[in-house]
Amino acid sequence: MRGGGGAALEIILQLVLNGLAVGCIYGLVALGFVLIYKATELVNFAQGDLMMLGAFTCYMLIVWYGFGYWTAFTLAVVAVALFGAVLDAAVLRRVLGQPQFAVVMLTIGLGATFRSFASITWGSEIYTLPTPFSARATMVGGVSVSHEYVAIIVGTFLLCAVLYVFFTHTKIGVAMQAASQNQLAAYYMGIPVKRMFSLIWAISAGVAAIAGVLLAPVSLIDTNLGFIGLKAFAAAVLGGFGSIPGAVVGGLTIGLIELYAGAYLPQGFKDVAAYVVLLVVLAVRPQGMFGTVGRKKV
Amino acid sequence: MRFIFKTSYVQDLALFRDRAQRNWYVALFIALLALPRLLPEYLGDISLVFIYALCGMALMVLVGYTGLVSLGHSAFLGIGAYAHVYFTQDLGMPWLAAVALAATVTAAAGMLVGLPALRMTGVYLTIATLAFALIIQEVLTRWDRVTGGLRGKPVQKAVVFGLSVGNEAGFYFLCLGFLIGCLWLTCNLLRSPTGRAWVAIRDSEVAAQSMGVNLAVYKTIAFAYSAGLMGVAGALFAHKISFLAPDIFSVLLSIQFLLMVAVGGLGSLHGAVFGAVFVALLPVVISQARDAVPVWAGQVFGVFGKDAGRAVFSVVDRFVKQPGLEPGIFGLILVLFILFEPLGVYGRWMKLRLYFSTFPLYKRATFKRQRAYMRSERLR
Repeated sequence: MRGGGGAALEIILQLVLNGLAVGCIYGLVALGFVLIYKATELVNFAQGDLMMLGAFTCYMLIVWYGFGYWTAFTLAVVAVALFGAVLDAAVLRRVLGQPQFAVVMLTIGLGATFRSFASITWGSEIYTLPTPFSARATMVGGVSVSHEYVAIIVGTFLLCAVLYVFFTHTKIGVAMQAASQNQLAAYYMGIPVKRMFSLIWAISAGVAAIAGVLLAPVSLIDTNLGFIGLKAFAAAVLGGFGSIPGAVVGGLTIGLIELYAGAYLPQGFKDVAAYVVLLVVLAVRPQGMFGTVGRKKV
Repeated sequence: MRFIFKTSYVQDLALFRDRAQRNWYVALFIALLALPRLLPEYLGDISLVFIYALCGMALMVLVGYTGLVSLGHSAFLGIGAYAHVYFTQDLGMPWLAAVALAATVTAAAGMLVGLPALRMTGVYLTIATLAFALIIQEVLTRWDRVTGGLRGKPVQKAVVFGLSVGNEAGFYFLCLGFLIGCLWLTCNLLRSPTGRAWVAIRDSEVAAQSMGVNLAVYKTIAFAYSAGLMGVAGALFAHKISFLAPDIFSVLLSIQFLLMVAVGGLGSLHGAVFGAVFVALLPVVISQARDAVPVWAGQVFGVFGKDAGRAVFSVVDRFVKQPGLEPGIFGLILVLFILFEPLGVYGRWMKLRLYFSTFPLYKRATFKRQRAYMRSERLR
């Protein structure tokens, strides 16, 4: 009896660990959505594809050019962040102030273009990313703790801490908050709103790239990696679209729900669990767990 | 430039603006009737254009006229297609009754999505419909007994009133008939109080509400009508592709429909049709270009010597034959349209027409759009 109960507990703990790791990835991608949405009120449907670009860039640097893992990691994140800034300056700034629909379509189009670019540059094969934590695990109390998962969880929490400090304790961070609250007022106060937006796109793309590199050893790299972005939507909405802690908590919740649905519900529920939760949340509490949705002023 | 001076209310009810416009449409209709004789080899593609135009019209009602952006229309198409095939083949219903019932089922599904949608605004709705589409796709995969699951479901030829519509010309006329019927219905609906309420909701929900438009009712009607049209399109689509599998109705198809609406031009039925022509014929053009472009490139660079020509040919050929290229081209076109011609093909056509009718006096600013930088959906 005790043995059976222990095994069940171990399974539950194992699921918690795996769920947290997957949830962290969702949380990171959702964080990218939220940062951009908070600052510019644009919803970036290409966030998942930026993540894919990050993973591919890192793979290319490590396997094709023989860089070390950490160098490649840094270079990939910087490259994708720069790309994000250029993307904002060249493309997205033009649609500021236009209806939502234009932005949604624009980022969907950009996402398709990125996927196509990736499949032309890196081919449509499936790759594995070699990392220092690959395929290693430590047994802790009967639970196999994979190092990849630990890397994901630790990485996410470090990143969140850095972002928190950045947004609350630095001058640029506060200026960004001001720009996100009211673009015109911030501009009148002497904040370079355009540069802020480019910066926020850079940060968001960088976060996506980090998520991609962290995820790459767990799930394989292919051009459809970006579709994780759809589940990250569920995470972002669950947390309330404009809330940074909400995005992470939403991601963790979705990750846990998904793994438990996979373990205890009939087949097929794992893939749609996130979306069912999303629909229920939207129907019952559209502002999410932490969100603030008010009426639009006329 | 000419103005129509209206002298009676009947003129407001007329479907066409003046006799010239009516004559153009009659000419177009005759051309479409003659098309099976003129272009027999492209009939299949043109039938697909008609079906896509139905889808575009359905989405246009929702996106272009009511201002609700849906990424879930592939699911409605799927529901319509599977319901129609189930009703005709498994239950043995007559064809037209099955189409009507499939449209009803899809409209009911649309209402179901529309109800929670009443509480959502803007991008939340888009995400919710996206989630709906993904769930429906999973349901289509798992509900073996009705949908055939991953094995798919073969579709027999349509039999309308005992007449088999097996050949391409017959199917072409069937699609044409449905398209014209639905266009006429939608056109009239959009001129009715319902249509005006939709446009009011699109332009400002608060203003519409204060003018006495019941948001809940009209948004639900928009969703149901749009989904119902999608159901009709789904029934025809099922016959067109003649084999149903769940992965046909993926989110990418929804994106294609949105592309149609955006490229064609938001807020006009013309736009839906133009967009459909564009989206359905672009793959045909791309596949033609795949063979032609490397040859041209080789010939152009052939002036620098035979080797240069051959090298350029092989490089361009390898690039053009990449399987991932096509979605990228779609994406790029979408991006360019949103950036440079947000009014779409129809908007460009309007501008051209205005340019010529007001010839030396055309002002670019006529179509300049206002930007709103302070429009926040969040209150803090």
